[in-house]
Amino acid sequence: MNMIPQIDRRSFVLGTTAVGGGFAFGLNLPFGGPEVVRAQDGSPEVNAWVVIRPDDTVVIRIARSEMGQGTLTGLCQLVAEELECDWSKVTWEYPTPGQNVARKRVWQSFSTGGSRGIRESHEYVRKGGAMAREMLLQAAANQWDVPASECIVDKGVITHKTSNRSTSYGKVAEAAAKLEPPKDVKLKDPKDWKIAGKSMKRLDTPDKVTGKQVYGFDLKLPGMVNAAVKECPVFGGKVKSFDAAKVSGMPGVKKVMKVGETGVAVVADTWWHAKTALDALPVTWDEGEHAKVSSDSIAQWFKEGLDAEQAFVGNQNGDAKGAIASAARKVEAVYFYPYQNHAPMEPMNATARYTPDKCEVWVPSQDGEASFAAVLAASGLPADKCEVYKIHLGGGFGRRGAFQDYVHQAVLIAKEMPGTPVKLLWSREEDMVQGRYHPAMQCKLVGAFDKDNNLTGLHMRLSGQSILATVRPQIVEQQKGRDPLVFQGVADSGEHAFGYTIPNLLIDHSMRNPHVPPGFWRGVNVNQNCIFLECFMDELAQAAGQDELEFRRKFLAKHPRNRGVLEAVAEKVGWGKPAPQGVHRGLAHMKAFGAYVAAAAEVSVEDNGNKIKIHRIVAATDPGYVVNPAQVDRQVAGSFVYGLSGLFLQECTVKDGRIEQTNFDSYDSMRIAHMPKVESILMPTGGTEPWGGVGEPTICVAAPAVLNAYYKATGKRIRSFPLKNHNITFA
Amino acid sequence: MARLTVNGQTHNIDVEPDTPLLWAIRENVGLTGTKYGCGIAQCGACTVHIDGEPVRSCSIPVSAAEGKQITTIEGLAQNGVLHKVQQAWIDHEVPQCGYCQAGMIMAVAALLKQKPRPTDAEINSEITNICRCGTFQQVREAIHAVANA
Repeated sequence: MNMIPQIDRRSFVLGTTAVGGGFAFGLNLPFGGPEVVRAQDGSPEVNAWVVIRPDDTVVIRIARSEMGQGTLTGLCQLVAEELECDWSKVTWEYPTPGQNVARKRVWQSFSTGGSRGIRESHEYVRKGGAMAREMLLQAAANQWDVPASECIVDKGVITHKTSNRSTSYGKVAEAAAKLEPPKDVKLKDPKDWKIAGKSMKRLDTPDKVTGKQVYGFDLKLPGMVNAAVKECPVFGGKVKSFDAAKVSGMPGVKKVMKVGETGVAVVADTWWHAKTALDALPVTWDEGEHAKVSSDSIAQWFKEGLDAEQAFVGNQNGDAKGAIASAARKVEAVYFYPYQNHAPMEPMNATARYTPDKCEVWVPSQDGEASFAAVLAASGLPADKCEVYKIHLGGGFGRRGAFQDYVHQAVLIAKEMPGTPVKLLWSREEDMVQGRYHPAMQCKLVGAFDKDNNLTGLHMRLSGQSILATVRPQIVEQQKGRDPLVFQGVADSGEHAFGYTIPNLLIDHSMRNPHVPPGFWRGVNVNQNCIFLECFMDELAQAAGQDELEFRRKFLAKHPRNRGVLEAVAEKVGWGKPAPQGVHRGLAHMKAFGAYVAAAAEVSVEDNGNKIKIHRIVAATDPGYVVNPAQVDRQVAGSFVYGLSGLFLQECTVKDGRIEQTNFDSYDSMRIAHMPKVESILMPTGGTEPWGGVGEPTICVAAPAVLNAYYKATGKRIRSFPLKNHNITFA
Repeated sequence: MARLTVNGQTHNIDVEPDTPLLWAIRENVGLTGTKYGCGIAQCGACTVHIDGEPVRSCSIPVSAAEGKQITTIEGLAQNGVLHKVQQAWIDHEVPQCGYCQAGMIMAVAALLKQKPRPTDAEINSEITNICRCGTFQQVREAIHAVANA
């Protein structure tokens, strides 16, 4: 209950007036007295989450970002459920990050990553809806001079039965907004949900099929100019020189400039003119100390880490090394996971307008507050002179949250042209070579068996790059150099807990951080850890001559929810029963982002194992609670596209210190022809454990389920990725 | 200068003749429903119809589209009624982020005009657009729904 926003009306009105009233949003104080906070159109805020217009339209404030995952609709469902409003009258708006800061973070976090949108905020947004409902009921009761307990509400219509009177939310919102909020409210039992938990239609679909939806790329502002940018392709390098005169006479060019120490930009009337001139601009780079780094040199460095003395421990019980030393038999394997780029369909972009009195940025961002911080840093202006307006994202996948490099660039460019809005768009090529890459990782696994074929110990040694060492160094410092996130899916406890109980276990990490900037790629570190662990579990089972499901079950007794999802997919796929001729099956499961997920794949192979046909995927998800089943099903199906694109096709290789792949011709993505039928089983078990997320978890089980089936089909165990490096592709 | 007919309207625009049609549509005509995804005809986000044929507009010069009928996502609905593919996309809730869907819808509309009841194999060979959110299951479902309506 400590997540409830402190809705102290007096203090936030004071807080907002203190910043000078520079924020139009929600703060047009002249309407109706100082105690009512108003939306831009003058409608009263019942509280920070709920604005109700006189025509009964309910405007729900959404702090998290919509990037396709459906969080916008899900969060609206949760607020509307408690509010007891008419779902057909629900609309939404994004509060701005500047407003959140000015109002003492009344909307709490804007961060939309780690599958946290709903699972982290469901309680306080539901409270927001419930408190607003109570205030609206009280306002009607006051008007009729009856106790609020005698009033009921259904779909935004309040009724006092005994006196046969009724009114609507729109009519009492003004009065409700003046009331003190209740101290606490009781949330509904999810069993009684009518809007949440149902497959309500998404609120953002219609504009996405007509071309009306405005993405960052599509923004138009009066007097706007367009910018194209190029950063030093070798990470850590700088601009040495560039010859602006060569391109300044090209069509439409307005300005050629350095961006910080590391990039160059061309500003022109159109983006096509800016990009054409930038491509023609002679630039000399000071490539710096990393210009000789290659994929091979990185791989060699990681390889040394597989047996290095020093390593950070992530999960340990018993004496794994002792068990291995005294084993009757050992099984050993080394795996490799490559660098990968997010490649959202909409490349990075931001639009900025700067004057010495105000810096405004329009940006598709997974974290409006991170964008806001970037605007402050790049503009040098204080918070009350900065603002960020969020726009729907054309995909995010982790690239647009913690990293706001494009916002920084847009502001630096706009500062050179005060008063003129500058739209900065990255080309696909820039997006590919300036990523924040899924970290590369090698892993050596050793399993120990006694003479009776019992698994007595497991050592999983990770060697490779830490995301947090670059992105959140303070966490790594607190942990004395260890990155706890590296152990996602194999951690000793928490939302990424290891899903087995294995005697004598050691999971450790030899940290090696190349200069390639790492990032949070949808699913993050569970992607590689699930391949390593779940493929190796199959290897162990096969070494012991045991059925892969039965072998796993021995270590699942204390993990009922892991076991639950695994058994659900096994049963539905027909594990243990004959498969169609030539079809083979594989399994995988994991706890990721608080959810329990499993997959079973059915594959066949052609062309001597060089072509894989994925006939069918069965996926099970237990996130505790499900807010919109249809949208969760879509996240699950989409996760196989993201995960299997990675498995089959995607690697960013390093040569001369830079990324070699520059577009979808060398960094391909799955097409509809390769899409298997995905059968999704949603099996929320409820309970009091924290809710799990759904945007990311399933990605990690996609690859190992297919790889395990591929082994059954061919007897070949593939341990390095992507599969294209083995001349294996989709049938 | 170029003279383009987009969604039945003629526009005289001031561009170099080698400007990709995509950017002329987006920046000079001002219709931004057609998307940039790769610039090299790989992803299909920029798909428009030229004389009824699906074309990846990032990779043809504006000069090649002069004198032809160009249809973009904004011109697909007729007299305020959504095209059956657009309606199916709403009914089956196909879009996730939605960025690639204008191109996807244009590609599907062209396919269904040629082959009103496409087989899965025909869908596989004709619809080659990239969708990173992974909406393919719903795309296929919606295509069959339109075909069987």
